[in-house]
Amino acid sequence: MSIITVKNLKKSFGKLEVLKDINAEVQEKEVICVIGPSGSGKSTFLRCINRLEEISGGEVVINGHNITDPKININKVRQQVGMVFQQFNLFPHKTVLENITLGPIKILSISKEAAEKMALELLDKVGLKEKASSYPGELSGGQKQRAAIARALAMNPKIMLFDEPTSALDPEMVGDVLEVMKQLAKEGMTMVVVTHEMGFAREVGDRVIFMDGGYIVEENEPNQLFGNPQHERTKAFLSKVL
Amino acid sequence: MKGDETVDIIVAALPILLKGLQVTLYIFVIAIILGFLIGLVVALFKLAPIKLLNWIAKVYVDAIRGTPFIVQLFFIYFGVNSLHLVSLNNTTAGIITVAINAGAYFAEIIRAGIQSIDKGQTEAARSIGFTEAQTMRYVVLPQAFRRMLPTITNQSIISLKDTSLLSVIGIADLTQQGQIQASATFEAFKIWLAVGIIYFIIIYLLTLLANFVERRIQVR
Repeated sequence: MSIITVKNLKKSFGKLEVLKDINAEVQEKEVICVIGPSGSGKSTFLRCINRLEEISGGEVVINGHNITDPKININKVRQQVGMVFQQFNLFPHKTVLENITLGPIKILSISKEAAEKMALELLDKVGLKEKASSYPGELSGGQKQRAAIARALAMNPKIMLFDEPTSALDPEMVGDVLEVMKQLAKEGMTMVVVTHEMGFAREVGDRVIFMDGGYIVEENEPNQLFGNPQHERTKAFLSKVL
Repeated sequence: MKGDETVDIIVAALPILLKGLQVTLYIFVIAIILGFLIGLVVALFKLAPIKLLNWIAKVYVDAIRGTPFIVQLFFIYFGVNSLHLVSLNNTTAGIITVAINAGAYFAEIIRAGIQSIDKGQTEAARSIGFTEAQTMRYVVLPQAFRRMLPTITNQSIISLKDTSLLSVIGIADLTQQGQIQASATFEAFKIWLAVGIIYFIIIYLLTLLANFVERRIQVR
C-alpha cells in the first residue's frame, strides 16, 4: 500500500488555480524528487501533503489517514510527516538542542533527559553535535538547515518533506545538506523533495516528477526522465537547467 | 541658609510623600498586571478568525483610545457607581480605570508584536504537530514579547504617570499627598519639586529594569 496517495488534488489561491489535477502515489521508503519551473506549483503540492495549505479539492491520504476529511486530527498526522523549509524556520529564541527537543517534550510527552539524549544523537548524525547549545543566529545557513532536519527527525516521522532545502544556501554549504539527505534516503526514509538540484534528483531519487502549470507533466525513474524525456515541456525545462 | 531650609522642608514632608508613593505603586502594579492580561486577551480577540470577537476588540480599543483618561475615570467612579449596581471605592475604581486604559494600548502592542513574527515560525511549529494554541505559547508569543518589550515599557511609564490623575477622586497617592503637603506648608515650589523628583526616580528605575530584562532575553 502506498504511504502517500494524492487523487485529483486541486488548490486555488483566490481566483488563481495553482494545482489543477494532481494524482500521485508514493510507496514506503521511496525518494521522490519534484522538479519544475518556478510557479509550477511544486511547493504548493508539497505543502498540501501536510495541509499547510488548505486543500481546495480532491483527496490526500497519508499513511491511511485522509487529511481532507474535516474531522481528522491534522496535528496527529503532522507528527508523522516531518518538513524542512527553504528558509529553515528554526526557532531563534531557542538553542539548537531546544529546537529539537521542543516537539518531543511538549507533544510526545517524552522526558527532558530522554529527549536531549535523542537530540544529541540526531545532532551527531547531521554533524552538529558541538552546536547543541548555540542559537540559530550563530549558525551558518548549512548548519541551520541540518539542525532543521534534525528537528524534523526528532518526531520520528514516517515521511519527510523537503521544500527546496538548499535554495537559500551558499553554494559551498549545499553539499553538507545533500549529504545528510542522502544518508537519510539510504536508511529507508520516505522522502518527497522539491529541488533544483538535478544532480541530487538523478542520484538519490527513485522517481522524479516534473511539474508545470499546475499539472504533473511527466514522471519516471531519473535516468529515463533526464535521459529520455517524453514531453516537449520537460525537454524544454531540462535543456535550460542541465 | 536658604538651601538647608529647602532640604529641611522636603525631609519633613518625605515620610508622607513616600506613603503616597506606596499607594501609587500599589495601584500601578496591580493595574499594569491586569492591563497586560486584558491586552493579551483583546489582542487574541483581534487576531481570532471570529468576526464577533474582532468587533468586540475593536470597539473596546477605539472607545478607550478615543476618550480622555479622566473621562474614563469619572465614568467608572461616578457613572458606574451612580447606577447602584455595584459600589466601587475610589481605589478599586482607580485600578480598574488604569487597567482598562492600559489594556487597550497593550492590546495594540501585543497584536502588532504577534503579527511581526514571520509566518515561517508558525508553519514550522504546525508542521511538527503543535496545535494553534501551543504554537502561540511556545513559539510566537515568546518571540513577540522580546520585540514588544520596549513599547510595553513605554506604555507602562505612561500608565504610571496616569495614576497621578487618580488624586482627583481622592486617592491618597503621591500626587494627592503632594497637594496636601504643598497647601499645609505653603511651600508649593519645594514640595512639587520633591514630588517630581520622586516620580522621576521611580520611572528611571523602571527604565533600567526594562533595559536589564531586554538585554537578558535578547534573541541571539
